[in-house]
Amino acid sequence: MNSRLEVQRNILDFTLSSLLRRKAKNSILILVFTLVVFMLASIIFFTNAVKREAVAVLKNSPDMVVQRLSAGRHDLIPSEYIGTIKEMKGVVSVKGRHWGYYFEPAASANFTLVVPEDGGEDGKIVTGKGVSRTMRAGEGDILPLKSYKGEWVVLAIKGVLKSDSELVSSDLIEISEKDFRKLFGISQDSFTDIAVTVKNPKETLTIAKKIKESFPDTRPILRSEVLRTYDSLFNWRSGLLLLIAAGAVFAFIIFAFDRASGLSAEERREIGILKAIGWETSDVIAFKFWEGSVISLSSFMAGIILAYFHVFFAYAPLFEPVLKGWAVLYPEFRLVPFIDPFQIATLFFLTVLPYTAATIIPSWRSAVVDPDRIMRSQ
Amino acid sequence: MISVADVRKVFNAGKANEYIALDGIQLDIEKGRVTVIKGPSGSGKTTLLSVIGCMARPTSGRIRLSGVPVEGVPTDAGYVETTSLPERFLTQIRRKTFGFIFQQYNLVAGMTVLENVMLPAYPTGEPYSTVRGRAEDFLKMFGLHGRLEAKVEWLSGGESQRVSIARALINNPAAIIADEPTAHLDTKLSSEFMDMMGTLNREGRTIIIASHDPAVCESSVIHRVVEMRDGRVVR
Ligand SMILES: Nc1ncnc2c1ncn2[C@@H]1O[C@H](COP(=O)(O)OP(=O)(O)OP(=O)(O)O)[C@@H](O)[C@H]1O
Ligand SMILES: [Mg+2]
Repeated sequence: MNSRLEVQRNILDFTLSSLLRRKAKNSILILVFTLVVFMLASIIFFTNAVKREAVAVLKNSPDMVVQRLSAGRHDLIPSEYIGTIKEMKGVVSVKGRHWGYYFEPAASANFTLVVPEDGGEDGKIVTGKGVSRTMRAGEGDILPLKSYKGEWVVLAIKGVLKSDSELVSSDLIEISEKDFRKLFGISQDSFTDIAVTVKNPKETLTIAKKIKESFPDTRPILRSEVLRTYDSLFNWRSGLLLLIAAGAVFAFIIFAFDRASGLSAEERREIGILKAIGWETSDVIAFKFWEGSVISLSSFMAGIILAYFHVFFAYAPLFEPVLKGWAVLYPEFRLVPFIDPFQIATLFFLTVLPYTAATIIPSWRSAVVDPDRIMRSQ
Repeated sequence: MISVADVRKVFNAGKANEYIALDGIQLDIEKGRVTVIKGPSGSGKTTLLSVIGCMARPTSGRIRLSGVPVEGVPTDAGYVETTSLPERFLTQIRRKTFGFIFQQYNLVAGMTVLENVMLPAYPTGEPYSTVRGRAEDFLKMFGLHGRLEAKVEWLSGGESQRVSIARALINNPAAIIADEPTAHLDTKLSSEFMDMMGTLNREGRTIIIASHDPAVCESSVIHRVVEMRDGRVVR
């Protein structure tokens, strides 16, 4: 047992000095490999973390949102609906909400305007970090917005949102109810939608049905549905990225296979020498196995570590345009580091394993050849 | 020590380019002696050495080793028939029983002298430091102690050959097999080589050399010359 370990140690030693002989070639190989792993791991880390973030934010959203539809499109909802829904059994609270989008032509950015739960302070707003960045305006500055009539509504920034989740709050402006109505010309008796809190989550569906019966022009949206929508949105976007990545991996596998399967005459001669001086076929394969493992494992580790820094410390600069941006702003946000072991394992099986196999198989073929060949090779 | 009986080696059997390289070889090689196999080019010397050294299997016939135990093979009969052993025993014989010196040296380029010498010992599982010590001793003996860390491609022909001798000795084999060892050496280095073989022989090692070089065939070190022609032993 002990001597078997010693054999593997010796072979590993030999592998390392063998790899050092072809520094340039092996460095390029490791570089390409690292790059592929880095790309894939970045995508995985990023989409996962963003998804978790969105889910976390939505957890705090109401059980149900009721919207009114007019001609199949989302329309303002009259305030008298609130009273009726409040009467329904199992409903804890009903609140009218105000929110909307504001396009800022100078920065060609879209802001999300929201009236906070406490109603906000007239003439004052709180902005998300992205808004402050885009408008170059911070606490104490003035931010004029153009109303639906084309008149300026001058608002003072009283604070910038501290973000737990910058993804969602970055393009946000919290504005008072009065200012909101003034800006968009919304009458006193209507809201954007209605948030409903339910006593027992199991009854949500029943209550939704009841609302739909009382007001056939409404559409109740359950939180669980929203979660699902977000989920599929992220899946779709990251799916696109993964498709690109799959192409890269595929190219890499061809590259690896080509490199590994075409043992050079030099390498074949070396295997012949090793066999002639008493290496077993299994020793030669162990040597090639270590060679493949050293290259693929070190690249794998390097790729994973680089991706980790890229996504969680460098704000994933390479992916932001693809994955985010329901606003034109690209929030610069720090994702909570999170690693899914299952996905790391998948990545491992997609990269390290095929590469190592691609190095072993051809050497196995040449290792079973009679060693007497080298007695004649010139 | 080695008895070769009726050994034939046919290349490309059954095809148009069929070639009989060994045609019924009958030969006994005594333990502890220096035997030279001589013959014109193409007579089958290299082929014979490779079947004796378990590098290739003969097409028919048998080869027996006596006086050298092979781990895991019963020796009740007093000999081991290499021609009927499975591959892993042949590997063991190549590793432990025979040390090979090749015509083109066959050193692994890019590696140091020391590493090349130690290579055959790696799969034995012997501790690295022990093997290293032994390798250094051999290299010192051959006047290469200053070149332990030199890459083998920097070496001269004579130095390369001494490295390949050290490599052949690292697992302390009972026999040395050398194929055309002096082909790339001048007369002075050739006679030095034969002196070295003489020394190894006095230590009790059996030596088999294939060569048509007079510096080898006429050396005072050798005990016996076997002559081959067209795949047969003629004398
Ligand atoms: N793999 C092979 N396939 C076909 N023919 C072969 C093969 N190997 C050797 N031969 C032939 O067998 C014959 C004997 O070859 P071998 O190398 O044993 O001769 P040799 O006596 O060592 O010659 P030299 O003095 O030139 O080294 C040669 O004619 C060679 O062409
Ligand atoms: Mg020959």
